[in-house]
Amino acid sequence: MSSFKRTLQQIARYPSAVGGTIVILLVIGIAFYAMITIPYSEAIRLWRGGEEVWGEYPKNAHPTYTDWFTKEKLPRSIVINSVDNPAVVKTAVGDPEVASRQIITYTFDYAYDGFPKEIVIFMTALFPEKRPHASILWITPDGREIRMGDMSVRTSETFRPGQDARLQRRLGGLSAEVGLFAQPDAETPTPLKGTYQMVVDVDLFEPNSNVEAKLVIHGQIHGLAGTDHLRRDLMVALLWGAPVALAFGLLAAMGSTITTMIIAATGVWFGGWVDGAIQRITEVNMILPFLPILIMIGTLYTRSIWVILSIVILLSIFGSAIKTYRAVFLQVKEAPYIEAARAYGASNTRIIFQYMIPRIIPMLIPQLVVSIPTYVFLEASLALLGLGDPVLPTWGKLINEARSNGALFQGYYYWMLEPFVMLMLTGLGFATLGFALDRIFNPRLRGL
Amino acid sequence: MTDRSLLRVQDLVLHFRTLAGTVQAVDGVSLSLQRGEAMVILGESGCGKTSLAKAILRLLPRNVETYTGSVYINGTDVMRLDDEDFRRQVRWIKISMVPQAAMNSLNPVLRVGDQVAEPMITHFGVSKSAALTQVNRMFEHVGVPLDFVKRYAFELSGGMRQRVAIAMSLVTSPDLILLDEPTSALDVLTQANIMNVLKRVKQDMDSSFILITHDIATSSELADRVAVMYAGQIVEVDSAERFFAEPLHPYSQKLMASVPRLRADQEPEFIVGQPPSLLNPPTGCRFAERCLFRFEKCDQEPPLFDAEGRLVKCWLFEQVHERALSREAGA
Repeated sequence: MSSFKRTLQQIARYPSAVGGTIVILLVIGIAFYAMITIPYSEAIRLWRGGEEVWGEYPKNAHPTYTDWFTKEKLPRSIVINSVDNPAVVKTAVGDPEVASRQIITYTFDYAYDGFPKEIVIFMTALFPEKRPHASILWITPDGREIRMGDMSVRTSETFRPGQDARLQRRLGGLSAEVGLFAQPDAETPTPLKGTYQMVVDVDLFEPNSNVEAKLVIHGQIHGLAGTDHLRRDLMVALLWGAPVALAFGLLAAMGSTITTMIIAATGVWFGGWVDGAIQRITEVNMILPFLPILIMIGTLYTRSIWVILSIVILLSIFGSAIKTYRAVFLQVKEAPYIEAARAYGASNTRIIFQYMIPRIIPMLIPQLVVSIPTYVFLEASLALLGLGDPVLPTWGKLINEARSNGALFQGYYYWMLEPFVMLMLTGLGFATLGFALDRIFNPRLRGL
Repeated sequence: MTDRSLLRVQDLVLHFRTLAGTVQAVDGVSLSLQRGEAMVILGESGCGKTSLAKAILRLLPRNVETYTGSVYINGTDVMRLDDEDFRRQVRWIKISMVPQAAMNSLNPVLRVGDQVAEPMITHFGVSKSAALTQVNRMFEHVGVPLDFVKRYAFELSGGMRQRVAIAMSLVTSPDLILLDEPTSALDVLTQANIMNVLKRVKQDMDSSFILITHDIATSSELADRVAVMYAGQIVEVDSAERFFAEPLHPYSQKLMASVPRLRADQEPEFIVGQPPSLLNPPTGCRFAERCLFRFEKCDQEPPLFDAEGRLVKCWLFEQVHERALSREAGA
């Protein structure tokens, strides 16, 4: 324990290592935060659930922090549901036993400098046989009344004013998102700020009928991370990418380094044909193309991240590190205390695990720490090549989706940069800490 | 022949294969040791002393060419055991060893207490705490402060490390302890200290020792019997008193004469020439080339003559041997 403390004290002397440690702790914190606040099943639901999960989110919305860098106040999403909402005034006219009229009035302030991305009205209706009929009226702050549309409402109805050509004609050729919010006589469309109202006038033709409507005005910015082409909140993937990346990196790094070390030690200790076999296997394995094998497995067999992880570990066990460790072990093996151990009758396993391996742990720890980001990047590369896990949201998959949807051409730079930054931070954190540990544990580099 | 000896080595041969050829490090060594006896093996560097110790404990490198002969411990030939049985039954149970450069023979990543406990844990399967009480006893015995148990080897002085190594060799109470130059690389005070420790151990524990050294002066303190090795062979075996008073073999004489003496006009002598290469040792007596008494017979290899209870591998003592034989025959 005291040696652990001493290491910590030494780490504190390298500012880069302190920075690296803070970054690593941050990423670990994010990972735990993600796993606690969004349990696995919930994350999967949020990422793969479907329109009903993320329908209220705008499509390709920039993160909210874009607001800080623009002079204008960009519109955020406005969602007003008529169910149990005091902001919505719902009045019924007539006898509910025969036929009646429902008037649902939505009132909201719009004080943004941009136009919304999309307006969607989700309606649900309850009726025994005859569909209710709804006509929707838009009242601007300056008192203009614009008829948005009339429709008979099915059990579930989605009305997208932006796709209504007649409404567009009525608005003088402007799309609904612009036309409904624009100042009437401006040369270039500018949004009119103030209190808007939308009135849904419903005719119910039967008793026991009811209509509820939800007004969703998609803004241009959403959430801390923005959304993608499917309206999914990128935050889910950014948060859940952390535990996945860390787990992949740590398991792959530890799995391969530790087994490699044990194999190298065993080979050196027993020598002869054991060593020969290990060296030959290593040499063959070293010329095997690592990435193409993974791509083949991803394409032909499975893209499950855990299978890929096992393959990565399996392929790295007999990696070039065996040669490095072997060189060190060959020296250690000749040390007098190894012979002394042999003299007192220590078994082979005891000598390997108690005498040889502890000697190269100082060398191993920095290497292990530095190799973690390598594997994190490997997972990202595989995802970028379209071989990411089909279920889990990961950073690499975000980049892949951003790339395939032309994020950079369309100006959705946040989509690609956010996972990039997470990957780079993780890599940087482990690399700086690893290099500092190397200096601490490797006396020859001390004082450099 | 009834065998009451603790250790009897017969025709032990250990040859190494090197790029230059076969190195005959140990070439037909025979010796025996009684219980409670301390034998000193003297000889120059490179005469095969350490190889002999390693051959007895079967600590062989990979390039062994020949490894034959018999090693009887309490009358059983341990050369017949396979490696695994040898490890379990002989190492540190029957024979323990304080290796050469014992101060480097401690694992740098183990606390010395744990290190000394290792043989007990390995062989008797005792718990670490039980082993540590025995370790404490041993540390007390060899004069290592008890709080050193928790220290690492690099935190100890050379003398202390040597004591730890000795404690480790004693911890399983083996019958025989091989000490390979236990006092080299130590200052004289520490040497004297270590020798005192060994003497005390010998008295208290009734252990047998084989002390390998080139340091004649310090070895004389502990020795009951002396064996002199030259070029991979034993050339003289004698009781310590007689040997230190009057060595027989010409080589032993030269060896004794090389010891500096206080208040003596006599200059320390050295032996002209080099010990023969063990790659291609001469066919006859291996010391012949440097010997002042060389005569025709020396071109043949002399046997180990029994000169009135003193074993000498030199043709000069053929007559003594034959006289003794004829006396025996006459009686």
